[in-house]
Amino acid sequence: MSAKLSDQLSPPGDPARRAVTRVHHHLVLALAAEVGAIGIVLVTWSQLRAFDQSLRIGAPGPAIARVVEIIFGLAVLVVPAYGGRAITRSLRARRLAGDGNLPDARIAAQDAGHDLLYVLGFGLMAAIIAFAAFFLASNHGHVRTVLFNWDLIWSSRTALLHGFWWNIKLFLVAQVLVLIWALIVAVVRQLPGGAFAPLRFLAIAYADVFRGVPAIIVIYLIGFGFPLAHVEPFASHMTGNTQLFWLGVLALVLVYGAYVAEVYRAGLESIHWSQTSAARSLGLSQWQTLRYVVIPQAVRRIMPPLLNDFVALQKDTALVSVIALPEILLNAEILKSNHFNLSPVTGAALFFLVITIPCTRFVDHLIKRDKARTQAH
Amino acid sequence: MSFLELVDVHKSFGDNEVLRGVTLRVEEHQVVCLIGPSGCGKSTLLRCVNALEAIEQGDIRLEDERVSGRGVDLNGLRQDVGIVFQSFNLFPHMTVLDNVTLAPTKVLKLGKAEAVDRAHALLDRIGMWDKRDDYPDRLSGGQQQRVAIVRALAMQPRLMLLDEITSALDPELVAEVLALVGELGREGMTMLIATHEMGFARDVASKVVFLHSGRIEEEGPPDQIFRDPHSERTRTFLRSIIEAKRL
Repeated sequence: MSAKLSDQLSPPGDPARRAVTRVHHHLVLALAAEVGAIGIVLVTWSQLRAFDQSLRIGAPGPAIARVVEIIFGLAVLVVPAYGGRAITRSLRARRLAGDGNLPDARIAAQDAGHDLLYVLGFGLMAAIIAFAAFFLASNHGHVRTVLFNWDLIWSSRTALLHGFWWNIKLFLVAQVLVLIWALIVAVVRQLPGGAFAPLRFLAIAYADVFRGVPAIIVIYLIGFGFPLAHVEPFASHMTGNTQLFWLGVLALVLVYGAYVAEVYRAGLESIHWSQTSAARSLGLSQWQTLRYVVIPQAVRRIMPPLLNDFVALQKDTALVSVIALPEILLNAEILKSNHFNLSPVTGAALFFLVITIPCTRFVDHLIKRDKARTQAH
Repeated sequence: MSFLELVDVHKSFGDNEVLRGVTLRVEEHQVVCLIGPSGCGKSTLLRCVNALEAIEQGDIRLEDERVSGRGVDLNGLRQDVGIVFQSFNLFPHMTVLDNVTLAPTKVLKLGKAEAVDRAHALLDRIGMWDKRDDYPDRLSGGQQQRVAIVRALAMQPRLMLLDEITSALDPELVAEVLALVGELGREGMTMLIATHEMGFARDVASKVVFLHSGRIEEEGPPDQIFRDPHSERTRTFLRSIIEAKRL
């Protein structure tokens, strides 16, 4: 019963049998991966060829499509190249292990393992490209010509841009109003005491209702209902597109105000009460504490979800097409009907991407900058 | 009439009665140290004095003016009574200078230039004027805590409350903070200090108060409390401190 503690912790054993000294040379896996890699190259090439042939059907595709085909066709060769390197490194690992050079054998084996991961990652990418080519070429090229007719997209650009101007105005005006309105709602929801209980209840009811109803129904009800019901100032002070525009703004602000108020609330609640204690102990009033200490910190913290909601708002400006404001989707629909082809709608989608993607990148940049500024290196 | 008077102060959180009738006097220019085991009510007592917590029973008077209960101008009270917290609680989204000038400009309505002058003098004093444009996260704990002290001083309070201000600091940073507090005490700042630093309390306190389970068990000059405590509980507490080699 007098076994030493150190004996129990590390039982004596044959060093050669320790798990850490084993060499996994991956040779079988590497050979299998190379077979798969060659297979994926052949599949990708055949699908790119089918796509190339579909370019001759109906509306001819742009020359750039040919260039892209060639680039993809060559790029896919990366997959078997990694597979080949995995095989040579596996062989090397096996040879070194046979020579008893275990440290170098393990390094070679690890390199072979990395190559196999590259085969997997790039191989999956190639498979997705092959599927895209197959999809676009399918039904005798109809998928491509009906959805991605580049000539039609290009010739629609002026009409689409014209409509998109409305979307940008809708978004910019609604965004500013949402920022203000949602903050008011969020702050009202935080007001303490019995005196504000009715207001708190209203704020909660508002958020529940407008988050619970589809945006398109709100736009429909306000856009068609308010003019019919002669609701001022929309009925007699505005006409035509101006009227539709402001009705659209109102509906979007009501819907997105409810979402953004919740985001604000989460942000306000995430600021630790000790910050409030510190501010109040310096003599700042409740309002000053909110204004200078809590809200600025909360807004920084909620930047990412706030921007998510604004990207969603940018996209949902297209819903205002249901009340016949000639924004981009409505224009695209008219072109669609004229040409019996969906490509103008694809064009509208491209317009949205042009603003939503930079927007997302911009906020990533803001977050990074803020982190760098307020945190220790 | 004492400068600060607490008479039979009671405070509970739910069923937990944290202060069970505390009566305490602090004279002007006195430094009073509150000592006692964790949970004895030191922090709560300080938070009650500047009304961050409302008391349920008793009276708190500052220069014979009742400052507890209803009808008190809390923002006014807090201009006269500064507090520094264990966790610094600097505003992380503001630079050092903005932290120090916020309350003077917004509460005292000082002009920007005057507030900056005031901050300049105070930050110079702790050798941190050069760091005025840094954000708190870039400072060491000791620097942050000294900025927090200066932030409270910028309001020119008549009374300072220090709530275990060195408990969150690495040991090597404690001295710089205590040195600043010691200086303030020698200059005549009236302070009520909750602390675990017994050596510091012995050196700077005019009076040491031992708090136990929400009551004042014993109070007296530091020499008497640390050398010859009358109460058995005080003795037990100090013995445990000495055994932990903290005194």
